Amino acid sequence: MTGEQIIFLVVAFFTLGSGLMVVTTGNLVHAALWLISTLFGVAVIFALLDAGFLAVVQVVVYIGAIAILFIFAVMLTRKDMRDQGPQMNRNWWIGALIAASSFGGLFFLLRGWNGLSRTASAIPSGFDAVNELGTALVSPTAYVLPFEVASVLLVAALVGAVYLAFNRK
Amino acid sequence: MVPISWYLTLSAALFSIGLFGVLSRRNAVAILLGIELMLNAVNINLAAFWRYGNVMDMAGQVFAIIVFAVAAAEVAVGLALVISVYRKRNTVIADDIDLMKW
Amino acid sequence: MSFWNDPLKTAADWLLGILTGWGMSEIAAQVLIGFLGVLLLLALLMVLDIFLVWVERKVVSRFQDRIGPNRVGPFGLIQPFADIIKLLIKEDITPTGADRVVYNLAPLLSMMSVLILWAIVPLAPTILNVDLNIGALYLIAAGAIGTLSIIMAGWSSNNKYALIGAFRQVAVMVSFEIPMLTVLLIPTIFAGSMGMNAITQGQEDVWYVFISPLAALIFLIAAIAELGRAPFDMGEAESELVAGYNIEYSGMKFGMFYAGELLHAFTYGGFWAILFFGGYRFFGLEQVSPFLAVAVVLFKAMVGYWIIMWIKYTLLRIRIDHMLAFNWKFLTPLAFTLLMVVAFMNALLADVSSWLYIPGMFLSNVVLAWVALEIARVSSRKAREKVEGAKQVAEAHH
Repeated sequence: MTGEQIIFLVVAFFTLGSGLMVVTTGNLVHAALWLISTLFGVAVIFALLDAGFLAVVQVVVYIGAIAILFIFAVMLTRKDMRDQGPQMNRNWWIGALIAASSFGGLFFLLRGWNGLSRTASAIPSGFDAVNELGTALVSPTAYVLPFEVASVLLVAALVGAVYLAFNRK
Repeated sequence: MVPISWYLTLSAALFSIGLFGVLSRRNAVAILLGIELMLNAVNINLAAFWRYGNVMDMAGQVFAIIVFAVAAAEVAVGLALVISVYRKRNTVIADDIDLMKW
Repeated sequence: MSFWNDPLKTAADWLLGILTGWGMSEIAAQVLIGFLGVLLLLALLMVLDIFLVWVERKVVSRFQDRIGPNRVGPFGLIQPFADIIKLLIKEDITPTGADRVVYNLAPLLSMMSVLILWAIVPLAPTILNVDLNIGALYLIAAGAIGTLSIIMAGWSSNNKYALIGAFRQVAVMVSFEIPMLTVLLIPTIFAGSMGMNAITQGQEDVWYVFISPLAALIFLIAAIAELGRAPFDMGEAESELVAGYNIEYSGMKFGMFYAGELLHAFTYGGFWAILFFGGYRFFGLEQVSPFLAVAVVLFKAMVGYWIIMWIKYTLLRIRIDHMLAFNWKFLTPLAFTLLMVVAFMNALLADVSSWLYIPGMFLSNVVLAWVALEIARVSSRKAREKVEGAKQVAEAHH
């Protein structure tokens, strides 16, 4: 058991445990806080995968904006400060069955792949992932078109969200 | 020396947990929480394949960044919809928002 | 490689020799040395924090034309220790209905978000915790954790005023992150990298404040809003919200919020110095000894902290809707335009000698600021005329 494997196991169990608490806890603000710890675990996984830029953007975008948005939305859509009622709907066991069978199906599908025990090759020295990512996002032979389409999508979402939630007095 | 199967298993498990959240929660905001978990699982998958494949090819990381942007856009519009529905119907239980059911 | 030239590496090697001599495996010894280094930095920061409490109280008293603490010790230097002892022996009250885990976690997260920022501060060319090549983004990420701690504090206190204060403060912090992120890209353009050490090294010809003063100004304004200090301190507006999100905190938990805020202000003063004022560079002084470089950084950070305190104790608090309107309608478009102008001018003047480059960039910043202020003045005059009617020209009477 190398150190990297131990770290991965600890972080993976932390992430999955927080994920389970997100979908089972009754108090919605607690669910949002467990989501934050799940997102933080995913950021650590990105850092383990040497994708440092993705890790920091995960913290800035997901934890710093999306999770805060969830907390605001939970607080704006409750009738009083306490929680009410059960949080699972009537057919939750069918949901559990579907989730378990989808996990089993994915696992079974992966077992037939021969590249499964591939280990990571070393990163060539002098390779700056952030530099390469920046070049790839704006180079015309690479991915500038999806980048621009994503910006248009974000503008559309911004205008749509403001219009939908606007409180006409 | 972590083999890629560990990352893929983690991603599949997180995806299934998110799927369970979407299918079995009553509150609309909680359903959106499950969708966030699924999107994060997909991101882990993309980053793992980038790292364990050809590191010089940035397609995996670019795809992950686009998924970040899509997730942010979807959460913003989804929560705006939920807040708007709450203002009209005073409920966020998904089962009670059934005016368009036959 | 003597101790005076490269203190961290010599100390680490010496400790490694001792620990492996005792029979520890090398990896465990290195992990332990890493922990000891972090512990040393945290201890020094906490002692600095105590000193900052004294500085704050003395400076505010001078601004208000009084003397400040001068009874406990010479010049009141022992006063912060008396404050700490008082906070430690106070009763730790948890309000009824408060969410205990979240309530106790919020001050810890607030302190944590400040302390993790010191991981990327380059104190000297050889004293550096982590040379992260995405340091500028890491600054924003730590701010995100601070935002989270405030909303946790406000919600878990089970108190309407705390919740309103936390909402307002978080709205301000999230809004002002956008001009800050945009302006952080400007030293990145100049230095070619987001890493703090690279930005400091890139300032060898000229400090970035001289080629982009407007960026330094916008960073200062956004930083003061992020810190939650006046004139942007809606979160703890004592005359309006009875201390905002930290109403229900007593004893050492309040002490962690308070000391964390002061250390946060000092840290942002330090980042302002690193990004725009050359960091540890001072006409080659840092090559002499790393301890001089550390002294230079701390001195510049103290100057930045003094400017932040000066602004706090001079200006009035801004109303929350004015604050947000200022950000979204003035500061964000200005920051985006500044980024475009700086990138354009940088590319245009790239191969020109520095005698033309520096005044060119400086003038482009000044012109942009003047144009922005003209637009703001014209639009505010139009808004005022809509409310009050057109201004009557004074007639000269006999």
